[in-house]
Amino acid sequence: MAAPRRTARFDEVFFRAGTGAFALLLIVIVAGIAFELGRQSSLSIQKFGWQFWQTDIWDPVAAQFGARPFIWGTLYSSFLALIISTPIALGIAIFTSELAPQWLRKPLVFLTELLAAIPSIVYGLWGIFVLVPLVRQFEVNTPEWLRSVPLFTGPPLGVGMLAAALILSIMVIPFTSSVAREVLKVVPQAQREAAYALGATRWEAIRMALFYARTGVIGAVMLGFGRALGETMAVTMVIGNNPQITTSLYAPQYTMAAVIANEFQEATDDIYLSALVEIGLVLFIMTLIINSLSRLLIWSMARPARPRVLRAAIGRAA
Amino acid sequence: MRDLWRRGLSYAVMIFCGAAVVLALIPLALILFYVVSQGITALNLDFFRHMPTPVGETGGGMANAIFGSLVVTGLGSLFAIPIGVLSGVYAAEYRGTRFASATRFAADTLNGVPSIVIGVFAYGVAVLPFKQFSALAGGLALGIMMIPLIMRTTEELLLLVPSTLREGALALGATRARAVFTVVLPAALPGIITGILLALSRIAGETAPLLFTSFNNRFWSTDVTQPIATLTVQVFTYAIAPYEDWHRQAWAGALVLVTIVLLCSLAARIATARMEKLQRGA
Repeated sequence: MAAPRRTARFDEVFFRAGTGAFALLLIVIVAGIAFELGRQSSLSIQKFGWQFWQTDIWDPVAAQFGARPFIWGTLYSSFLALIISTPIALGIAIFTSELAPQWLRKPLVFLTELLAAIPSIVYGLWGIFVLVPLVRQFEVNTPEWLRSVPLFTGPPLGVGMLAAALILSIMVIPFTSSVAREVLKVVPQAQREAAYALGATRWEAIRMALFYARTGVIGAVMLGFGRALGETMAVTMVIGNNPQITTSLYAPQYTMAAVIANEFQEATDDIYLSALVEIGLVLFIMTLIINSLSRLLIWSMARPARPRVLRAAIGRAA
Repeated sequence: MRDLWRRGLSYAVMIFCGAAVVLALIPLALILFYVVSQGITALNLDFFRHMPTPVGETGGGMANAIFGSLVVTGLGSLFAIPIGVLSGVYAAEYRGTRFASATRFAADTLNGVPSIVIGVFAYGVAVLPFKQFSALAGGLALGIMMIPLIMRTTEELLLLVPSTLREGALALGATRARAVFTVVLPAALPGIITGILLALSRIAGETAPLLFTSFNNRFWSTDVTQPIATLTVQVFTYAIAPYEDWHRQAWAGALVLVTIVLLCSLAARIATARMEKLQRGA
């Protein structure tokens, strides 16, 4: 009996080490991404230091690299997208988990999640040819008294921050709403029944549930924000690609992801390439922090015993 | 009076929630409408059979780009499926260990990395050292994006397999490896294929990581060490070009993309529903 037992043990060790090696590979890839981005941007980091993020002139021909406008564009567009998408996404989550009749819930969830399945490039194509002309119409017809508000100054080009923010909010809605719905499901039914027993209206009961689930809801919103930060193609195609810092919604601006997508191929000298990689490194760190935080918040709220298979699909990188 | 206000507010919020759903479905309907109505005008057999024509000549198609997309996603799958499935097996089998948690954390992190950043990484490890854009580099970028999805679905589905199956195998004297590979894994196979389909539907529409890895190619290429055209990059190139005819082709490309993505996720959804039904039955 000794021999088979030894094979069994060998088998076990081999199995664990074999599959473990592949699991290790996953960690190696993540570490590799961080290492590789750091290595390639070291030239730019050494040469410009903090100056890189404090100056506004981006002129590769004159070897001047100031990345502040890109940070601004990324944060501003994502923030605007957050403002627009959050109420809508929460409305969807509430409607599909609390209000809609049972038979309607599944189809509605399916349809809203379809928004997440449409490729970024298709959003961009639609943005260029359908959304941007609409936005231009709106901008041209802005009443005069509004034009003096800093948000609505600038040329009515169509392409610009407004178009980017709108397309981003459409793209972010399914992520926020599906996580918010999962989180709302975790709220115990007794919570709502107690509210009703005290004479609460429907909204008051829902507000209780939202409050109960607040950490998870904040996590859901942050998850959407993280998506918006890294979104590339659709934004690149409608934001106008002009590095400038302005609060104007009409002005063409630029984001970190967009400048990488547009200029990486043509970055011929080392310092130019290194500067672009540094932007990528910071984008990586930003999304890493936001995503980790949002995951912590969602987990602390709803650690599902058995996560849904389809939710993994929804968690796609932008 | 106050009661009336409270009730009114409640109705107002409920109406807002319903309106939010409609508001989100409008862009969905608009996008699908435009993609289908614009795409269908340029979509014909030539689109699948012919090569791109030079500017100014009408007609032509994206045969090389469609083929290229298949090559790049194929390479990505070859790379991602073994890693994803086997690391998923580890995470499911050694669930409580710290290393499994670390792997899970790495997968979730990888899932959140913007695709453009993965493109930069793939450029650094697979393009720069060889000074050559290649289909392989594009496949690497897409593969990295597929891994976390495949891993997490594999893990979840292995846990769904009834433990009696595994116990039966172990009772018959099978080792753990044997039980997993000949009993548990095959039982979860439909689900794992679903996970792979989902991962495919997610990366089929990716453009950003391909821009500077597989690059683009005007010609038919079967060499994986050379740049290759892909449907998504081609749609991007055509969309931002100033030519009317190219725009039509871009819409046609978008229609093909959306069709592929929707078919993949629909297939995955049907398979998932089946799995869940089986699960309840068991």
